[in-house]
Amino acid sequence: MIRDSAGPQPQAADSSPGSAVPSAQQVGNTLAVEDLQTFFFTKTGVVKAVNGVSFGVSKGEVLGLVGESGSGKTVTGFSVLGLVDPPGEVVGGSIRFQGRELVGLDDAAMREIRGSRIAMIFQDPMMTLNPVLRIDTQMIEAIQAHARVGRAAALARSREVLLKVGIASPDERLKSYPHQFSGGMRQRVAIAIALLNEPDLIIADEPTTALDVTIQAQILYEAQTLCRETGTALVWITHDLTVVAGLADRICVMYAGRDVEQGDVDDVLDYPLHPYTYGLIGSVPSRNRRGQLLRQIPGMTPSLLNLPPGCAFRARCDRATDECHREPPVMEHGDNRRVRCFYPHTGGSQ
Amino acid sequence: MNVGRVAAPMLEARSLTKRFVKHLDLAAKLVRRFGADIREEVVQAVDSVNLVVGQGEVVGLVGESGCGKSTLGRMVAGILEPSEGDILFRGSSILGAGNSQAREAALKVQMIFQDPFASLNPRMRVADIVGEAPLVHGIITRAEFSDYVDDVLDRCGLDGSFKRRYPHQFSGGQRQRIGIARALAVKPEFIVCDESVAALDVSIQAQILNLFMELRESLELTYLFISHDLGVVEHLSDRVVIMYLGRVVESTTTDALFEQPNHPYTQALLREVPRLESRHSEFLPVKGEIPSPLDPPGGCHFHPRCPHAMPRCSAEAPALKEIRPGWVSACHLND
Repeated sequence: MIRDSAGPQPQAADSSPGSAVPSAQQVGNTLAVEDLQTFFFTKTGVVKAVNGVSFGVSKGEVLGLVGESGSGKTVTGFSVLGLVDPPGEVVGGSIRFQGRELVGLDDAAMREIRGSRIAMIFQDPMMTLNPVLRIDTQMIEAIQAHARVGRAAALARSREVLLKVGIASPDERLKSYPHQFSGGMRQRVAIAIALLNEPDLIIADEPTTALDVTIQAQILYEAQTLCRETGTALVWITHDLTVVAGLADRICVMYAGRDVEQGDVDDVLDYPLHPYTYGLIGSVPSRNRRGQLLRQIPGMTPSLLNLPPGCAFRARCDRATDECHREPPVMEHGDNRRVRCFYPHTGGSQ
Repeated sequence: MNVGRVAAPMLEARSLTKRFVKHLDLAAKLVRRFGADIREEVVQAVDSVNLVVGQGEVVGLVGESGCGKSTLGRMVAGILEPSEGDILFRGSSILGAGNSQAREAALKVQMIFQDPFASLNPRMRVADIVGEAPLVHGIITRAEFSDYVDDVLDRCGLDGSFKRRYPHQFSGGQRQRIGIARALAVKPEFIVCDESVAALDVSIQAQILNLFMELRESLELTYLFISHDLGVVEHLSDRVVIMYLGRVVESTTTDALFEQPNHPYTQALLREVPRLESRHSEFLPVKGEIPSPLDPPGGCHFHPRCPHAMPRCSAEAPALKEIRPGWVSACHLND
């Protein structure tokens, strides 16, 4: 087992890993993001890509971070890993990982955490893989960057992890180049690299969007097994509600840079409070009677450049009033349930 | 809506086959002359597929990447020339470009593409993208041009005042609407939609699907709807055709297919479609990858991944047989 002994040790969780519903005080003991703000200072103006997002993930828990393009879900993931480059900047809020503040951490300290304690899986596995290096080179490199181990031990660890993600003949595969793999296989290798150092948190950014249904199911299976067995916390970023319905324990819905609603997966999907979540669930084809028109959300996502104050969804919302020109308050609804709306739905998703 | 309606075939594909051949270059030919074992690489993208689409019907064509569904769609739309087989539109062949009747028929079949960014000419204004084809084909005169374009754009939910703009000034959903307007401008009767909503956000996807359904009603359109998304296909189609590695493996009405899938591949696909209703699910994926179409497995193409595979499956390709009226499936288990 390879673990950087100098690195921060994970806090002991109150309950066993993999328990489906965490208790209230346990929420966010691996990662706690509080009122995160990441802005991009472009020539045409300030793009508030993430403008007030709070969520937490605990050991062994899967959080589905759901939103459409431009909702800021990817930038949120990048912010946690300190991957936001100029003109982007984390301008406010806090990101606490196992109690340690990540905002404002210097590059060297961040580098120690990134790839070791927190790993990321990207939508396009070729963002992780170097096309001109063999898989074994890349995997050994990733281990030796964080731990003082010999080549042979690192190779053995790589082999073990490849087997774990369902790659049948790891010895042969280790000697291959990325272009010799299929899309699904590449994504497995990218996941294997994320697992090498046994991270406490994995942020997965739409890792199955480009894959076929049968291959997607295989990757979801690996992710699920992983969280159950190792207690790794997982943030699964996606635009697809149906994927997180099967995978996630909790859901956080983002719209135009804000978290508009979050809660346990069953609560959010069965009793959506925010009109946007309600509309999103309504526009999933399987929820509608065949041949009938889908319940669509009118209009389109607003530009994040110079977004006016108030609720960003009001132009598309059938419940909006003049009140919505003011900033909607964050309202707590029972256990771990939050919504940002003046007029939340109450009647369930049907 | 008109499920199971028996209708005269509007479009018919008869043992349609498409082979892509990578020809040997000069060096490879020379090496072969000296006795090296080099052969031309042949991909059998579509392997003698029969397809019948009735008037007013929506047929969903489903399969994973590399199964040949796009190639089939492109042949039907007249973009690709088939290697073998014939395509009939209202009983007459649309192959053979010289034939004016065939050209007329080809105009009645239009295609809407997947990528709303790559399928519009970035240097043409919207008015020209939509209006050029009807003008060239003599459907409208120059004097009617402006009004006609306004009319078509309006039908697709776009404001006529947008028509002086270029494609880059629109969002993905609006661009897809422009693509639809372009297809509708020549007054088609049959539309091939190739993954036309795959690149869109969920809320925009619902808008475009609704538009497809409204247009179907108002213009009496017939669709071949190609998609990998079974949820979308289930919602929109009357009948579903499932393809795997170039062959049709199962085809029946949407209700029957989603209730009682017959072919093991269809069963696997349906089981693995993520649904809103399946929470905290146990994922039990089908094993293995989709084989390379360059070197497909012998017998039934699905046998290396099939949980029910028998020795016969690797030796003999199962024929597409009628298992119930209007329901065909290609599996040895049905014998």
